[in-house]
Amino acid sequence: MTTGQVVGPTTAEGEKKFPFAPLAALDVLWLQVAGTICNLKCSHCFISCSPTNHSHEMMSLAHVRSLLDEAKTLGVKEYYFTGGEPFLNRDLLIMFEVALAQGPVSVLTNGILITPKVAARLRELSDASEHSLDIRVSLDGYDAETHDAIRGRGMFQRAIKGVMNLNSAGLVPVITAAEVTDDIGAERGRAQFLEMLKSLGVNRPRLKILPILRMGAEVERTRAYQEWESLRGHTLSETEAARLQCNSCRMATSKGVYVCPLLIEQDGARMGDRLTDTLGPFELKHSACFTCHSTGFSCRT
Amino acid sequence: MRYANLESYDRVLFIGGIYSNYLALEKAFTMARSLKAEAVIVMGDFGGFGPFPDRTLELLRREKIFAIQGNYEEALAGGAEDCGCGYTDPRDNHYAQISYDYTRSCTSAEHVRWMGELPRYIRLSIGGQRTLVCHGSPRQINEFLWQTMTPRPFIEKMLRDFDTDLIICTHTGLHWSRFIEPGRGVVNVGALGRPANDGKTNVWMSLLEWQDYGFRAEFIPIEYDFDRLAREMESEKLPPEFVATIRTGWWTTCLEVLPAKERARGQF
Ligand code: SF4
Ligand code: SF4
Ligand SMILES: [Fe+2]
Repeated sequence: MTTGQVVGPTTAEGEKKFPFAPLAALDVLWLQVAGTICNLKCSHCFISCSPTNHSHEMMSLAHVRSLLDEAKTLGVKEYYFTGGEPFLNRDLLIMFEVALAQGPVSVLTNGILITPKVAARLRELSDASEHSLDIRVSLDGYDAETHDAIRGRGMFQRAIKGVMNLNSAGLVPVITAAEVTDDIGAERGRAQFLEMLKSLGVNRPRLKILPILRMGAEVERTRAYQEWESLRGHTLSETEAARLQCNSCRMATSKGVYVCPLLIEQDGARMGDRLTDTLGPFELKHSACFTCHSTGFSCRT
Repeated sequence: MRYANLESYDRVLFIGGIYSNYLALEKAFTMARSLKAEAVIVMGDFGGFGPFPDRTLELLRREKIFAIQGNYEEALAGGAEDCGCGYTDPRDNHYAQISYDYTRSCTSAEHVRWMGELPRYIRLSIGGQRTLVCHGSPRQINEFLWQTMTPRPFIEKMLRDFDTDLIICTHTGLHWSRFIEPGRGVVNVGALGRPANDGKTNVWMSLLEWQDYGFRAEFIPIEYDFDRLAREMESEKLPPEFVATIRTGWWTTCLEVLPAKERARGQF
């Protein structure tokens, strides 16, 4: 995955510059189908989603269709649906059907709207496709106390219900946890998660841990990025570039196509209207780029 | 050497990840003769998981076969500290490390040298169609090409980018094929080293043949003395989780890389 050039920082007018990340191939297309609209208002949400945040609106079926058509010609490998809460988009299941006809689909959800009926429909959609449909439910703790502190009272139980509904439908959800406390990503935290899931009868527990991004609501919960958290003056090797998700993804929202799922609220991260406008390199001048680079994480499963 | 070019064939046998399963390999070579394959190509990951890695290598070097490197050979020949399988989950990595450390300490230097000389890709023609043999994918030695995660538009793009009609790969341990038109597509030949996570103890290899209408990819089950392999793994103090896979046909480790559907088919 090493086509495209990797530009290191040069010093023009004595100022240290940021490295650029090339797009090696557009493998992963993210679709912010619910915009910044969510039925929750989590205290760590890095794009501050809430019932009233309309910064990015719901995407229309027509818009998603046109992006999927373009993605097909570009040879996209997989599709990720997110928000906000994607299940708030009333066309979501139709979008899945269209997307599943041309590639594997993952969806990131808080689980609350996954009723037994929705789970059964998801199972049907999955069975009808030759591709995987991967459902990722966010749990920010292995008990109600941690989770609800971030996501609101009673939300742990409701998310767990969604997980159970998926499990009963024979789908194997991935649990996504943000590292809201230090122990979550550590061995003990992971073990507790797996234990909790097993005790619920989830016999193929899958777990994905995500680092904290100090943007959006998280700034109030803990702190903002500081000046040293930056890639200014850093030279990016090819291997390092290949580890960044922006080396192989783009994110489409109602407002256009952005470089990656992390930066849709950052100035300068919108690269164009259509996918073909966004195939060039991107300057890594955002603090979140520092998190990507230092942790090597990707939002993909 | 990155590429090796072979001539034209109509009927070729492919052997994916062997993972030190020398008993299945012996059986595969015997079967290859009765299958009348014109050529046999082994596709890397000779070691890992199973016992006595040198036994596999001795067999490979005795036979008239073609071979490419997998991530295991690249890692061993390059003196790497881990197998470069591309797992992300800590438990998966834990077991991968046990396999790699064992394999590394039991593989003779002369075999490691041989691995270092193997090409990374083979190009050949099968039935007149351009064919590219790689370990993971044509662009990355440890890319996982799963059946439910390798859609047609992506296949189309890879065939275009790498100037070929057919991609033959392994690395995932599960066999499948997808043709976007007759004679153009991807065949993942699966693994000879461990069962296909289906509750059966047999392992797999693949015969690819050109017939007038297109390719026929035949996935061939191989029964072998799995109980003997399991006992030898135990005597070598390899993890009981690995032994359980050999005895039951269900994967117990390195599961987190599986996509939703492949995961749902297994027991764990
Ligand atoms: S973290 Fe997810 S569930 Fe919570 S507010 Fe943000 S989008 Fe909604
Ligand atoms: S935030 Fe991460 S993925 Fe996004 S542009 Fe920066 S490095 Fe790339
Ligand atoms: Fe491999």
